[in-house]
Amino acid sequence: MKLLAERRRHPMALVVLLLLGLLLTGGAYAVFTGNSSASAQEYTASDVEEGEKLFVTNCATCHGMSAEGTENGPSLVGVGAAAVDFQVGTGRMPLQMSGPQAQVKEPQFNEEETSQLAAYVASLGPGPAVPEDEYLDTSQGDAAAGGGLFRTNCAMCHNVVGSGGALTRGKYAPNLSEVSEKHLYEAMQTGPQNMPIFNDANLTPEQKRDVITYVREISETPSPGGAKLGSLGPVAEGLFVWFFGLAAVIGMTVWLSARPK
Amino acid sequence: MSTTQPTTAVGKAALFTENRVGASRLVKEFGRKIFPHHWSFMLGEVALYSFVILVLTGTFLTFWFKPAMGHTIYEGPFVPLQGVEMSEAYASTLAISFEIRGGLFIRQMHHWAALLFMAALSIHAMRIFFTGAFRRPREVNWLVGIVLIVLGMGAGFTGYSLPDDLLSGNGLRIIDGILKAIPLVGTYISFFVFGGEFPGVDIVSRLYSLHIMVVPALLIAVIAVHLIFVVYHKHTQWPGAGHTEKNVVGEPVLPTFAAKAGGFFFMIFGLLALLSGFFTTNPVWNYGPYDPSPVSAGTQPDWYIGWMDGFLRIIPGWTEFYIFGYPISFNIFSSVLVAGLLFGGLAIWPFVEAWLTKDYREHHILDRPRNNPTRTAVGAAGVVWYLNMWAAASGDLMAVFFHMSLNDMIYIFRVLFFLGPVIAYIVTKRVCLALQRKDREIILHGRESGQIIRLPHGEFQERHKPLNEDRLWSLASFESPQYIPAEPGPDGKISKIEKRRAKLARFFYEDRVAPVTKSELEAAHHDHGEVEQSRKDELTGSQQ
Repeated sequence: MKLLAERRRHPMALVVLLLLGLLLTGGAYAVFTGNSSASAQEYTASDVEEGEKLFVTNCATCHGMSAEGTENGPSLVGVGAAAVDFQVGTGRMPLQMSGPQAQVKEPQFNEEETSQLAAYVASLGPGPAVPEDEYLDTSQGDAAAGGGLFRTNCAMCHNVVGSGGALTRGKYAPNLSEVSEKHLYEAMQTGPQNMPIFNDANLTPEQKRDVITYVREISETPSPGGAKLGSLGPVAEGLFVWFFGLAAVIGMTVWLSARPK
Repeated sequence: MSTTQPTTAVGKAALFTENRVGASRLVKEFGRKIFPHHWSFMLGEVALYSFVILVLTGTFLTFWFKPAMGHTIYEGPFVPLQGVEMSEAYASTLAISFEIRGGLFIRQMHHWAALLFMAALSIHAMRIFFTGAFRRPREVNWLVGIVLIVLGMGAGFTGYSLPDDLLSGNGLRIIDGILKAIPLVGTYISFFVFGGEFPGVDIVSRLYSLHIMVVPALLIAVIAVHLIFVVYHKHTQWPGAGHTEKNVVGEPVLPTFAAKAGGFFFMIFGLLALLSGFFTTNPVWNYGPYDPSPVSAGTQPDWYIGWMDGFLRIIPGWTEFYIFGYPISFNIFSSVLVAGLLFGGLAIWPFVEAWLTKDYREHHILDRPRNNPTRTAVGAAGVVWYLNMWAAASGDLMAVFFHMSLNDMIYIFRVLFFLGPVIAYIVTKRVCLALQRKDREIILHGRESGQIIRLPHGEFQERHKPLNEDRLWSLASFESPQYIPAEPGPDGKISKIEKRRAKLARFFYEDRVAPVTKSELEAAHHDHGEVEQSRKDELTGSQQ
């Protein structure tokens, strides 16, 4: 304390105090905003208002002026903040063009705008909220339990390691290796495109976390056997053995049977 | 007493064996066998060496693999499966992969070697087909080779079904379906094979007996027969200067060929070791334990079974029908018929070809594929037919990669199943005939030199250079099969079968480019004088 007391009139004291103050307020703001983004209940009235403006300009053409739905787009009443966060946050909405299924692209809105849109849609009727951080923390999940759930519920479309797969008429289940924890959760919760809904009665939030943990584990752990060849199974292996293995072998035979000129 | 008693240890040992088993006769017979030079003659060897590696690595795997379906709970080092219930077979495969030193490397080597074995068998069979090496006296060895392919498929299937993972279990479910689709007795056969309702608890140990004993023993026996025939029949050779139906031009087994072949074995071994070290194959840990309810997207068999799977994917569902209320699952059972069609077609082709062309003579000189346009076209049609089914097995992956509708892909495969071979036949035949005409041109007028000369009266001409003797031989010396009209039999009448043969032969062999005759060649050299002229040009050119 003596050290502090001695230097309290130091010319730099003011600067240090200013820095401390800034750090404290900034930290508190970060903590506060972090909380608010994790929980849907804390959208403010201005968020809803801003969200409505964004909605009317960007979404109403297909979803209707008050999100009641039109011929070209479904009603969004009751789809919840989670659906908006997923569709807009992954760039699927606004739709670039109509087709069998909405494509992932660079998101058109930043996080704040996405959350404002979510606030507006959530205000239209009760629906699933953006998941809480607790359920996205893969350090608390059980990869083995998630693997079992994944094989039973997800693998028939997304492939056992989430490499993706085909559905009917040009639709497909996407590759999951690059999808964020939050979007994985929201996809299960809201069932975008052709995906079925896995609500909390079907897969509890903890089970969803296990599934997310499994997907992370399997896509981020390097393969013990070497290059994964896209994790696409025997087709990739077969092509590889023909176009690389056999090609190398034919190269060898040509070399071995070459006669000196 | 002989005057040359051996004094060295090697010499004594040689005499010892010579007196007891007569080794010198063997060395003389086998060591003097001549192998002609060509890269395509070494493809069968690749299959042989892959098989040797399969036996070596497979033996290693048997030391740790437990072919049992008793339940166990996984407690090994692979986190995503810890605490998961599984069979002992799957648990021991995981143990080989993660706990046995070098286990994963050897497991991958076994799998890559199997994939390469089948690939080498296929391409070797294609080489034999497209060069006409199956003709008399080698028809029987061609049949032996087909048996090897079928056995290889059996070895592969029984092998990759052993780990009892989700992927292989899905494959077994299809086998179960095919068995059950056999009319009348299907269900009984399925229960007999699986020891009760699928999947039961017996199938892994049963497949294991087949995979490590019955199928490899048969393979070794049939490979031995195949090789004995190769030695007995002598090797075929390409047409060339000095190559006749009565000789074989090449290198003797001892010492040159044996040294090359030995080195080649280690090259194949090294290649497979590299593949196994750097590239994952059959990552069973990803698939999870077998459970009859889940099926993963992108579930495919190993490539050599793929074409049958592809056929199952494209056959329309309405081919299942009912007789007196009993379902006849022709949509499933027909995959067996398709396999029969492929292997049956391969098996009878040598006899069909001989019958159509009435060519029952021995052939030791190979055909360049273009010089038998019909055979090459039929072969290409078969390859396209196979490739289309093969591609259909990965239709779902292709649909995702090329952003196509899976339904459209299936329609395309269905159309190509019938249309593909026809297009391939027509295109290949025309290409072969065109190549033959080009060859004829080259033989008669020399090769194009790329040098343009201007004659005094202003005409431009390309200078053609004569071929060397070797090249001339390999281009000009071939037999062109031709259409033989129906001929009366010994009773003086044209039989119905003969009429039919003539009709088919006319369709297949009417279009042909006749080989250049000796007189044509001489006429071209003397009358036109082009080749002669260009020779002179060359001489004068070199003097300047």
